[in-house]
Amino acid sequence: MKRRDFLKASAALSLAGCATPGASRARVVVVGGGFGGATAAKYLRLWDPGIDVVMVERAGSFTSCPISNLVLGGNRTMEQIRHGYDGLRKRGVQVVQDEAVAVDAAAKVVKLARGGDLRYDRLIVSPAVDFFFDQIEGYAASQDRILHAWKAGEQTIALRRQLEAMKDGGVYVLTIPVAPYRCPPGPYERACQVAHYFKLAKPRSKVLLLDANPDVTSKGPLFKRAWQELYKDIVEYRGNARVIGVDAKSMTVRTDFDTIPGDVLNVVPPQRAGDIALKSGLITHNNRWCDVDWRTLESKAVKHVHVLGDATLSASGMPKSGHMANAQGKVCAAAVIALLNDRAPDPNPVMSNTCYSFVSDREVIHVASVHQYDAAQNTLLPVKGAGGVSSARSEQEGAYAWSWARNIWADMLA
Amino acid sequence: MRLSVLLAMAFAVLPLGATAQDSAARSLAASCAACHGSDGRSVTTEVIALAGLPKQHIVSQMKAFRDGTRPATVMHQLARGYTDAQIDLVAGYFAAQRK
Repeated sequence: MKRRDFLKASAALSLAGCATPGASRARVVVVGGGFGGATAAKYLRLWDPGIDVVMVERAGSFTSCPISNLVLGGNRTMEQIRHGYDGLRKRGVQVVQDEAVAVDAAAKVVKLARGGDLRYDRLIVSPAVDFFFDQIEGYAASQDRILHAWKAGEQTIALRRQLEAMKDGGVYVLTIPVAPYRCPPGPYERACQVAHYFKLAKPRSKVLLLDANPDVTSKGPLFKRAWQELYKDIVEYRGNARVIGVDAKSMTVRTDFDTIPGDVLNVVPPQRAGDIALKSGLITHNNRWCDVDWRTLESKAVKHVHVLGDATLSASGMPKSGHMANAQGKVCAAAVIALLNDRAPDPNPVMSNTCYSFVSDREVIHVASVHQYDAAQNTLLPVKGAGGVSSARSEQEGAYAWSWARNIWADMLA
Repeated sequence: MRLSVLLAMAFAVLPLGATAQDSAARSLAASCAACHGSDGRSVTTEVIALAGLPKQHIVSQMKAFRDGTRPATVMHQLARGYTDAQIDLVAGYFAAQRK
């Protein structure tokens, strides 16, 4: 009997009051409980309750990177960006707090740090990014004083404390790696949030952006206008400024040309797919990213393993964003359900993206796009004539942005 | 019970043997959910719920966003990314959801 038929039979049996035999149900293991993984776990259960879903996540709760810049700016709290996994548990997702340390693709088993193996029929890996600390000299020895805060959580709290402790008249230095990196507009939003805080609390202070890219990589004219109109004497932007070294003793960062002192050094290193992707052979491109089939999110390197979110080799015009990971989680969930039920996956998946950035406590700008599958090129492509950015920053979009956060958190976790 | 009887029961109570078009509509509608809530049930008051809205209303509003007759901050940019057939599927899906 094919699984499809067996499921129908077992569903009928359970309706008739008999127990569903557990051993023969398909099992999907999801590694990572962020925007990609949690969304995939929820939608697998929402769309096919006949599948057993186990989600492995090392943190006990979810902390959102989107909105975390507002915590740095003092406009939102950690409590507002932290959410538990009880909603997923109620949907029947088995949440395991542990770290996946290896994948045996031949045996279809994930190995966990605390011991124990998880067998899977399909594995979904949503590992976020990890950092190339070694590309910045001195970083490894400086991590108690120099933070990235590019994963929301303890570092968000610690960086906020550094900003609060900084004297009025101090300099906050934020350094940005060469694209692609997680959340293209994130650094520029962070500059706005810190500048907003300085404007209110320590107005003689400065925000210095050192960008390894030649120019602002996302919503450039809108961010520059906000810096000019809202934070004229606070924000300074320098392009083509790649950081190659840091020194926590002298509190300086070194670029190819200069050594620059600061009172708070926020150094965001270059990034690649998260460690578990590296360890399990999912990284295919440039030692950094995981190439996938965009109809299913299945890895091009390892069969029956799907990769989501920032770790993927992004398709054309596709940002590494939480919204995009959420969209990928749904396309992947639908494809995995189809594959486990011996059906063909949707040949024409569609994804959309809307990234909001808070340029003050209330005013917001966005960038949006829609991505349709192009069969000739075997990839997702942004639809020409669709998408775009805000005409101007506005409080109306501020209301929509906070609504976006609450809806997408519920969409992945509730 | 014979298997064929079980299968018949399963088909009778489970519309989950969804057609390709049904699952395409569901997946398309899911791309709206990040902002408008899972299955169109928004958890905020700032962004409207789409669940249970009349199909023709959703279609006409998407077309109004697309041609600019209804002003928007972002929906005009998103509406232009979907074909008429896709908008029809999405609208039908949300119209069939409970509010």
